[in-house]
Amino acid sequence: MTTLTSDLDPGDFGEPRALTTRYSLTDRIFRGTSRSAGTFVLLVMVLVGGFLTAHAVRAISSVGVVKFVTTQEWSPETNHFGIAAVLTFTVLIAMVALTVAVPLSLGGALFITEIAPPRLKKIMTSVIDLMAAVPSVVYGLWGLSYLQNHVVGLSYWISTYFGWIPLFKVDGAEPGNPLPNTALYTSSTFIAGLIVGMMIIPIQTSMMVESFSRAPQGEREGAYALGATRWGVIRSVVLPFGKGGIIGGVMLGLGRALGETIAIYLIISPVFSVSFHVLQNGSNSVAAMIALRYGEANSFAMSALMAAGLALFLLTMAINFTASMIISRSRSGAESEV
Amino acid sequence: MSLPSETAIALPPAPPSSVAPRRSGWRPADTSPLAVLSAVRGSSVATELRAEEINAWFGDHKVLDRVSLTMPTGQVSALIGPSGCGKSTFLRILNRMHELVPAASMSGRVMLGDQDIYAADQRVTSARRRIGMVFQKPNPFPAMSIYENAISALDLTGVRADRVVKDFLVEDSLRKASLWEEVRHRLHQPAGGLSGGQQQRLCIARAMAISPDVLLMDEPCSALDPTSTRRVEDTIGELRGQVTIVIVTHNMQQAARVSDRCAFFLAAQGQPGVIVEQGPTDDMFGSPRDQRTRDYVEGRFG
Ligand SMILES: Nc1ncnc2c1ncn2[C@@H]1O[C@H](COP(=O)(O)OP(=O)(O)OP(=O)(O)O)[C@@H](O)[C@H]1O
Ligand SMILES: [Mg+2]
Repeated sequence: MTTLTSDLDPGDFGEPRALTTRYSLTDRIFRGTSRSAGTFVLLVMVLVGGFLTAHAVRAISSVGVVKFVTTQEWSPETNHFGIAAVLTFTVLIAMVALTVAVPLSLGGALFITEIAPPRLKKIMTSVIDLMAAVPSVVYGLWGLSYLQNHVVGLSYWISTYFGWIPLFKVDGAEPGNPLPNTALYTSSTFIAGLIVGMMIIPIQTSMMVESFSRAPQGEREGAYALGATRWGVIRSVVLPFGKGGIIGGVMLGLGRALGETIAIYLIISPVFSVSFHVLQNGSNSVAAMIALRYGEANSFAMSALMAAGLALFLLTMAINFTASMIISRSRSGAESEV
Repeated sequence: MSLPSETAIALPPAPPSSVAPRRSGWRPADTSPLAVLSAVRGSSVATELRAEEINAWFGDHKVLDRVSLTMPTGQVSALIGPSGCGKSTFLRILNRMHELVPAASMSGRVMLGDQDIYAADQRVTSARRRIGMVFQKPNPFPAMSIYENAISALDLTGVRADRVVKDFLVEDSLRKASLWEEVRHRLHQPAGGLSGGQQQRLCIARAMAISPDVLLMDEPCSALDPTSTRRVEDTIGELRGQVTIVIVTHNMQQAARVSDRCAFFLAAQGQPGVIVEQGPTDDMFGSPRDQRTRDYVEGRFG
């Protein structure tokens, strides 16, 4: 046996070497293009945030951050305005939307990936894509002229039987009245949330389908071979694997729900006092308020609207940031590979 | 060590009704731990498996033609043959995994004892529970711990068991798979952290935890190094007699080492697969009757 020799001088050991790489021309072009695209996206984010902040400063500094966050009314003319009401309603609408959309998307996605025969799977996938392509103003019109009339009955029923829960209380409701005043139940947070829920179902579903269908076939078969039922496979393989996709889908939907403008604008009748009675006539949202008010706004009122926009921007940023943290910590993508 | 029989194990004093089947209609009349255990684990006797006149198709493509094979109680049967001749398909028909493939179909009967597992009154889940399977690629559930993996079958089939029974089953099945000593101190770590060979033995343990009557293995060692292969082969040796084993392998030495009986599959060009010859392993390797078998086991084609 020979001893190992090395041309490296002994002092070199332990010193990390500087690694240099030479890229080919195509590689350099590709890297340059993708890097500038990435930078551009970041730049747009920063520009939007900076622009909003710059314009919002005037309004916020005239009332102070605390008053801006806690005031419910919105009248910049009298220097009395804040986002307490609009932001609360925005979040309430988003919560209603998620309550409706998450179970439906989850069930739909599981049906598409785990249960539907191949033909039906194709059909359903294209229907979902089609739903995602419908513009939100169409959802709004449909909600206003069709869905609302059919949902007030449900609102009435819920408030009659569950009105003792503050969330479902409707002021001025007359449970015994054979001809209830349906106007009490129209244009509510609930109906707006329902429409927004319909709008976010497709994005949530397709994101979940995407992640469920990547659940490793080997693990699925492993579970089936142990005598698992379909539900057992879903519970032990598909859902743990798709956790990241579920959270991602929900967060994407939430972001969309918080920012939705036109459909909510069409449905609600704006109010500016916080109310958690979701079934009751009158609601609001930051985006809808901006759309409603900017036409008549002078420069100070405009600054106030910018401030409201900034609050919404920060909220969605925070949500997306949390979501991406949760996703990166969960397992999606990892397999039991050797 | 391997545990000779359930009755030899001293369990702590009986907690009342430690196992409650959730969906299945049965409930053990006797709720002492031993009765409960044997209820969880079924009859726990190896049973003869007999395939009769099996044909199989993928769509219009016929891949098996009237294959009949008897896999005797407690013995190891090896399925050998060149790639693509239908060994995996045949194996997957034996525990009704074939029907998971869209457009796959089959005919014939698979008798487990005196019961046709494809009979109309048979549940597919109960057939798979009684006929366990180990795959070519180790596939433990990576999100679960080693402990949870070993008893995942209980959870998947809706059987609730309490701590004592679970602990016992985990140790017993890991011992059967010759994995206990290596993992006893890290039972609650994720299964993804095990080596490939350990993962494969964990899959064997997982299948053994519900005491199947039959264990099917599809090239269980092809992703493993020689040492791990040896351990898995030893494990198969330990399980002989306790469970009827059917193993697909491309490794002739392995077939010769582990099996009692052997079946040689062959598919002529464009034709469905058939069994050319079957019999005791010694005869198949020592004095094959068919020239094609002789060529194959001596490594001259395939
Ligand atoms: N999912 C499938 N869809 C269509 N055809 C298939 C499918 N699986 C297998 N086949 C076909 O069935 C035949 C038998 O395949 P099988 O996997 O049973 O062979 P095998 O003997 O296990 O081969 P190997 O030794 O390479 O694993 C092959 O011709 C194969 O192309
Ligand atoms: Mg195969």
